[in-house]
Amino acid sequence: MEDNRAFDEIWGKGGPQAPRPEFAALAAWINETPREELQRRTEAAENTFRQLGITFAVYGDRDASERIIPFDIVPRVFLADEWARLSQGLIQRVEAINAFLDDIYGERRILAEGVLPAELVLGNAQFRHEVVGIRPPHGVFAHICGIDLVRTGPDEFYVLEDNARTPSGVSYMLENREAMIRLCPELFRSFRVAAVDSYPDRLHETMRSVAPEGSGLRPVCVVLTPGHFNSAYYEHSFLADSMGIELVEPADLVVDDDVVWMQTIAGRVKVDVIYRRIDDDYLDPLVFRPDSMLGVPGLMAAYRAGNVTLINAPGNGIADDKAIYSYMPEIVRFYSGGEAKLPNVETYRCREPQALKYVLERLPELVVKLVDGSGGYGMLVGPTATKAEIEAFRAALIAEPHRYIAQPTLALSTVPTMTEAGLAPRHVDFRPFVLTGRDGVQVVPGGLTRVALREGSLVVNSSQGGGTKDSFVLMPEERRQMQAMGGMLQRQELGS
Amino acid sequence: MLSRTASSLYWLGRYVERADFVARLVEATVRLDALSPTPAGEAAWESALRVTDSDALYADTGAPIDQANVARFLTIDSENAGSLVRCLDMARNNARAVRTALTREAWTAINRAWLLFNSQLRPGNAMATLNLVEAVKAETRGFEGAVLRMMRNEAVWLIRLGAAIERADNTARLVDVKYHLLLPEGEPVGGIVDRDQWTTILQTVSAVTAYRWLYAEGLKPNLVIDLLLTRPELPRSLAACVEETVEVLSLVGKRTGLQGEADRLARNRMAKLHRTRTHEVIVRGLHEYLDEFIAENAALDAAIARQFRFI
Repeated sequence: MEDNRAFDEIWGKGGPQAPRPEFAALAAWINETPREELQRRTEAAENTFRQLGITFAVYGDRDASERIIPFDIVPRVFLADEWARLSQGLIQRVEAINAFLDDIYGERRILAEGVLPAELVLGNAQFRHEVVGIRPPHGVFAHICGIDLVRTGPDEFYVLEDNARTPSGVSYMLENREAMIRLCPELFRSFRVAAVDSYPDRLHETMRSVAPEGSGLRPVCVVLTPGHFNSAYYEHSFLADSMGIELVEPADLVVDDDVVWMQTIAGRVKVDVIYRRIDDDYLDPLVFRPDSMLGVPGLMAAYRAGNVTLINAPGNGIADDKAIYSYMPEIVRFYSGGEAKLPNVETYRCREPQALKYVLERLPELVVKLVDGSGGYGMLVGPTATKAEIEAFRAALIAEPHRYIAQPTLALSTVPTMTEAGLAPRHVDFRPFVLTGRDGVQVVPGGLTRVALREGSLVVNSSQGGGTKDSFVLMPEERRQMQAMGGMLQRQELGS
Repeated sequence: MLSRTASSLYWLGRYVERADFVARLVEATVRLDALSPTPAGEAAWESALRVTDSDALYADTGAPIDQANVARFLTIDSENAGSLVRCLDMARNNARAVRTALTREAWTAINRAWLLFNSQLRPGNAMATLNLVEAVKAETRGFEGAVLRMMRNEAVWLIRLGAAIERADNTARLVDVKYHLLLPEGEPVGGIVDRDQWTTILQTVSAVTAYRWLYAEGLKPNLVIDLLLTRPELPRSLAACVEETVEVLSLVGKRTGLQGEADRLARNRMAKLHRTRTHEVIVRGLHEYLDEFIAENAALDAAIARQFRFI
């Protein structure tokens, strides 16, 4: 009989007595640190998060309208060579996403050559006819991508989802690291962990690099938030703060003669680059939803005139649409000329009769998702669903098959996690953040590990009760030596 | 600086100051109540309601005027817009909206003050009330300390400006109500109850010791008035608040070049206060004087909003 225990990031297929060889030190730390001590540190971290207001809002939940995301003290670790392979795959994928967006809002070669069905793109709710023909400054569409990955074995990484609109979570990557450095300093002595704290600087550089021509030497960059009632407001303010730029709300912006200005106490200041954390629909009531009270009237005209850069570009939703996702291997091949280094999870497009038939026959084994759903809503997890839920999805699938895709349930890897009953394996996924500026693509060595806190659960979304962990990326051996030398040289210079 | 940010910082300053004032007022009233024979205790709580301008709202609740009910109303009642919990709610909302203009310390201080009420929303006895207001005072002091350590720029000055405007209003109303508070029938002017009430005023603005330092005589109503109106050494006096307003406005003006009607109003008011003689004010009518001061304060508040394009 097949061993159905999931791959554990630290124990591998063994157990607490037999960690993966590279993780002996971490295993020793886990085994030797008293549980009460781990518990105490977890509480200290969560207490800090609460005092700092590192929270997210839960809509429709009046009593607990702000919650912290549960934090787990045991880190998830990537070995240097694992990370090197992952980075290459991520860069290739994000380059393809940008090429794809540039193409379908421009020449549409990929449709002309029949690589994917034209109506799937042009008839898609995420395809924005309003931006057809607009080429964003320096041709970059997806400046910030959060690529959700899952792992099922030592070398089996799969992309679960591409987030090319407004991926969130990077503030947790940074705050979790701060907490770990404070609470578990001994871990950083036994591991050479790559630093993540350069992320805000890199993001700011990325933003400046894609400013419109003629913005001057110091382009004015801002973060645009819907306001402090938004669920990700903490992250918006965190990013603006750590980049030292203004956090603006739509009411702070005004467009005049296709130029965007922010209203300050000293009058208007021209804005060049906007990292917007507002969905396309609510950006500009003159172009998108006229009933939106949120947007900035005229913003899209300024964008079309090339006077402002929007990060990420409007219309990106087409690239992370779940129906398009299933074609990503073809898309990567089309633009890069090679095979995708990071595979997709096998995906059945219910719009195709053959696939629909297969899915309907195997509903209890599959995960079914709405192509336009997110945050764990509108999905069926076959193996844990009730009969009634399965039948409800069957009816929905038959009625509107094009709205669904299905995937096999994967044995997601686990990481030891603090639970009420002590340490226990819990399933995780991983979201690294990939930045694309004028001069290319870079991956920050780290990301957000989300953990499903309920036993056996595969749902890691924070809105569904998931937690987070720090994600260590270990530095390669040569880099360690170089850093040590760099450190010596610096001391010599100081001493002379 | 964004106009919206400026507005939120200013209101952050106002609400923190208001929370601090309400906390002090409740604390002083608990003391006055404890020292007085009933029904003077009741009068103390009645006056606390009038100082915070919430006597009508309280009457609507139909609750009797006593320590437990009024203290509850002034501290944890979320229906009362002037209660401690609501002031801190508003302060935190404003702080949250301008987190990027605050240091981490300043933000956590205000967030911690707000969290006080998240954990304990039960009406308590006098001891519990005193513990709560003591904690609020400590947290708002922590906030003021954190603000002092922020970069010396418009953000800090706008917070201070809000605090100064709010403080001026609070002191003026405190003096107005307490001075006109009727002594219980049969109580002699200058008697124990009268003295206790004047002490309460001084406690509310933490000026008991200051009074002793500045005046050789024992507690005299006209000297308390003098202290609270004209002595710039006392941070909560009208004179000090008015000077602070002028100073902060000129700091902002120097850095941003933004000067206007608010500066002019503030300077006029300072000149007027410098001419103020306490005995003349009392002869001509303290209530009228304070009424006019409160109206000027509101006009200055409006001028500030225009000058910094609050939205």
